[in-house]
Amino acid sequence: MIPPSFEYTAPRSVEDAVRALAEGGEEAKVLAGGQSLMPLLRMRLAFPELVVDVGGIPELRGVREDGDTLVIGALTTHHTVLRDPLVRRHAGLLAKATATVADPAVRHRGTLGGALAHADPAGDVPTAIVALDAELVAQGPDGRRSIPAAEFFTDYLQSTLSPDELLVEVRLPKPGDGWGFHYEKFRRATQEWAVVGVAAAVRRTNGRIEEARVALTNMGPTPVRARATEAALAGADVAGDAIARAAASAAEGTAPGTDLAASAEYRAHLARVLTRRAVTAAAG
Amino acid sequence: MTTEVGRSRLRKEDARLVTGRTRWTDNITAPGLLHMAVLRSPMAHARIDRVDVSAALGRPGVVAAFTGADLGAELGSLPCAWPVTEDIVLPDHPPLALDEVRHTGDPVAVVIARDRYAAADALEAIEVDYTPLPPVLDLEAALEPDAPLVHADKGTNRCFVWPLESGDYEAARAQADVVVKRRYHQQRLIPNAMEPRAVVVTPLAEFNEYTVYSSTQIPHILRVLLAAQTGIPEHQLRVVAPDVGGGFGSKLQVCAEEAITLVVAKRLGKPVKWTESRSEGYLATHHGRGQIQDVEIAARRDGTLLGMKVDLLADMGAYLMIVTPGVPLLGAFMYPAIYKMDAYSFSCTGVFTTRTPTDAYRGAGRPEATYAVERLMDDLAVELDLDPLELRRRNWIQAEEFPYTSIAGLTYDSGDYAAATDKALALFGYDELRAEQRKRNESGDSVRLGIGVSTYTEMCGLAPSRVLRDLRYGAGGWEAAQIRMLPTGKVQVVTGSSPHGQGHVTSWSQIAADVLGVPFDDIEVVHGDTRAAPLGMDTYGSRSLVVGGTAVHRAAEKVVDKARRVAAHLLEVGEDDLEFSAGAFSVRGDPEAKKTIQELAYATFTSHDLPDGMEASINAEHVTEPENFSYPHGTHLCAVEVDTETGAVRIRKYVAVDDVGRVVNPQIVEGQVHGGLAQGIAQALYEEAVYDADGNLVSGTMADYLVPAAPDLPDFVTDRTETPATSNPLGAKGVGESGTIASTPAVVNAVVDALRPLGVTDMRMPCSPERVWRAVQEAAQPASQPKEQAS
Repeated sequence: MIPPSFEYTAPRSVEDAVRALAEGGEEAKVLAGGQSLMPLLRMRLAFPELVVDVGGIPELRGVREDGDTLVIGALTTHHTVLRDPLVRRHAGLLAKATATVADPAVRHRGTLGGALAHADPAGDVPTAIVALDAELVAQGPDGRRSIPAAEFFTDYLQSTLSPDELLVEVRLPKPGDGWGFHYEKFRRATQEWAVVGVAAAVRRTNGRIEEARVALTNMGPTPVRARATEAALAGADVAGDAIARAAASAAEGTAPGTDLAASAEYRAHLARVLTRRAVTAAAG
Repeated sequence: MTTEVGRSRLRKEDARLVTGRTRWTDNITAPGLLHMAVLRSPMAHARIDRVDVSAALGRPGVVAAFTGADLGAELGSLPCAWPVTEDIVLPDHPPLALDEVRHTGDPVAVVIARDRYAAADALEAIEVDYTPLPPVLDLEAALEPDAPLVHADKGTNRCFVWPLESGDYEAARAQADVVVKRRYHQQRLIPNAMEPRAVVVTPLAEFNEYTVYSSTQIPHILRVLLAAQTGIPEHQLRVVAPDVGGGFGSKLQVCAEEAITLVVAKRLGKPVKWTESRSEGYLATHHGRGQIQDVEIAARRDGTLLGMKVDLLADMGAYLMIVTPGVPLLGAFMYPAIYKMDAYSFSCTGVFTTRTPTDAYRGAGRPEATYAVERLMDDLAVELDLDPLELRRRNWIQAEEFPYTSIAGLTYDSGDYAAATDKALALFGYDELRAEQRKRNESGDSVRLGIGVSTYTEMCGLAPSRVLRDLRYGAGGWEAAQIRMLPTGKVQVVTGSSPHGQGHVTSWSQIAADVLGVPFDDIEVVHGDTRAAPLGMDTYGSRSLVVGGTAVHRAAEKVVDKARRVAAHLLEVGEDDLEFSAGAFSVRGDPEAKKTIQELAYATFTSHDLPDGMEASINAEHVTEPENFSYPHGTHLCAVEVDTETGAVRIRKYVAVDDVGRVVNPQIVEGQVHGGLAQGIAQALYEEAVYDADGNLVSGTMADYLVPAAPDLPDFVTDRTETPATSNPLGAKGVGESGTIASTPAVVNAVVDALRPLGVTDMRMPCSPERVWRAVQEAAQPASQPKEQAS
């Protein structure tokens, strides 16, 4: 399809980008890797008057350490996230979820910040970020603010970002010892979105789960934590059927939709099965 | 003397095709080129009360805008070349709708602008008032007496009824110990050629000539039919199919946009281009399949087949496109497949619906037939408690019985079904996989293993022209080739069968190189331009090598015969004293006295010393009329793992042993098999054009219509047996569609086989995870009713 016409600007700094966004107001859209925005433009599902291309802002790229925190620039591509040794060491769950995003071509273009700001509940990266209790840092005309991942996503394709704010970095607390991770993604074809996905982070000692965080992809308008399962997992034996029993409540409190890929009922079933598998793998 | 045929030559044409440094239609431009965009119906069925393009005309960059009423007389009605019965209902098919739209995507108006963006933007300014009419979506309900009508003036949604009776099926059924009766559904598929359709028309008013560049499979047929439709004289139309990026049947068509672009370019006296977007193509380019198949098979307790009965409802969609009604008939002859039986009863009813028209899609009728019979054979084997391969062995035509006339009336010239099956079994590890399956079943494993079988045959090499006459098809089935011997020794092979990805340039070079004895690299293949290659019947139905390749072979033989005469004259011997080998005529007993065919080409160019009375050319043309269809066959075995917790199906192993006759280029054959398997597996597991209750295509983008990619498919194990076709000098049978035809039932049979111990007896395509999961759930509930009939 053919996109409608729009103004285009390519600022060289975060400040310039924020200024451009403030001027554009509700009619401005940020272009990062373009893997979601471009299809929306081409299918005429989005009609921004101004596209602010942040691709030329180098300070938004890269992975660094800040004490006990891992800091990933919003413009860091999925491909870079996947291959970064710091991410592998300190954010294994994010690496595992990122590895399942679309295909290599998309991962080379698509960015961490873009995937978060797009706020697609079928995205894999938001779920991992929610499971890891990350902080998302946005910059606006009045400076920076930090938003807990759990509060960032507000509705389908909606976040707390205001139109004049740019997501600049993601801050992930480094996990301590004893954590295991797994991302279990169920999809109809390899390059498709998740029908349902489960991100699991589990801290275990002596065959017992001390703490578990489980987040679900595509089980509602935003990524959601499976709180009932998390609670049931605390203190559970890794062996035996405790994990399976905890996973049985994975769909509690979720609001999955029905579409061509799956009915809500089937999604709820998948959430239970995949949670069992994800937690078992993370605890193994 | 064969040195080229049988070699895995790398394809000559690929470097430019895969780098894109070539002429796709959308790459073609012209001074002052204008761009067309098409406004399409957002409704499945509606009356058009008003179309007003005046606001669009005021938009920036817009040059013109037209409605159906504006262009109506010049546009004519899109042709159906295959009216299958005398009393077929043939509705008008205006390329731009006049007073009614009959499927979402039906063209309503066009805008022509200075660039593509302006044209697309201006579509939004066109005002259309619609009065909704009831959609017609259900094939059975559409035939009820009070059903809403797709074409009210025709008084019925029944397009045709086409019967074929051979033997006495009722008598056969009466003798049967077992009758298995099933209803299978062939979901609609969207062809998804890599290159979307595109048309560029450049008018040359001073010459009264119009060049139509189109991403088409059929430049020659298109020229004839555009002339007939628009009234522009045929000799003033030049049709060019530049490099074409795939078709799978979807470009075997005369499309609305081809006619509209031509008429608009003529009106404006300016070159005009139209290129479809992917989601536009999903609505506007014809779909494939779309049938309900009521089938039954009658057998004795020992497995001997007695007869088969087939009743089809075939979804035509809203209009009849070029061969829409003929597609199910191509399948009509294939239901009895490789099996011997005494009686066959077939009937097909074509039904109009308010959906995108259907037409040929890779296999065209034969995949549907093969699916039904191969699924029936597996189901019958279960009824009889026989191994599915043993049931087939008891019924298939034996190698020594060829030529064999099937109960459907086809004469199979050659084949060896046992040889292909034995080879496939060895590659598959059948017994080991059956043992693993038993083990998993006994332990109640949540991941089950299933094995599916498909011992298919099909009909290729379309087609003997007299057969086409009997089937009421509007053209012949011949194919043309010309060999031009250039003065410098180079050779041009002009073919009427132009490729859209098949590798004709390479294969035709191999064939000509062997007959003429000239180097492979000295041969150029010219195709796809009615000015350069004026004679042709084009590319579809796995016909190119069998018919078009034969024409090349025969034309090259004629060149050799003519050159022999020149050689004899120059060497001063009789023609019988010459032998021709490796491109040279030499005198028997005097090997020093020789002339190469390339030297003779130069001698003919100068014509200084030709035999008296001889035409001053050794060029030759041949138009081949096929004497029979060709019949590839093979045995495909598929093992799947089904995760009964999630419903996910994974293909564990896939073995395809195909007999496509003699092979010109093994690597090209391998590529065709792989691509064919991918598309057949896609129907089994992934793809479906889904409509909602209002008739909207909801799987309207590639995000919703699942085309599997390489990571979704297993490593294929492929091999061949080779029983040459006897009906052409190459011994070739065709390979363009066999993978698609064979694989769909093999995969679905495997899925059902995996789940049968859990009580599942049927799966509808595509076997999506949720469908599989639900089937397992329903089978586990004792109260649920069996979903299918069985007897």
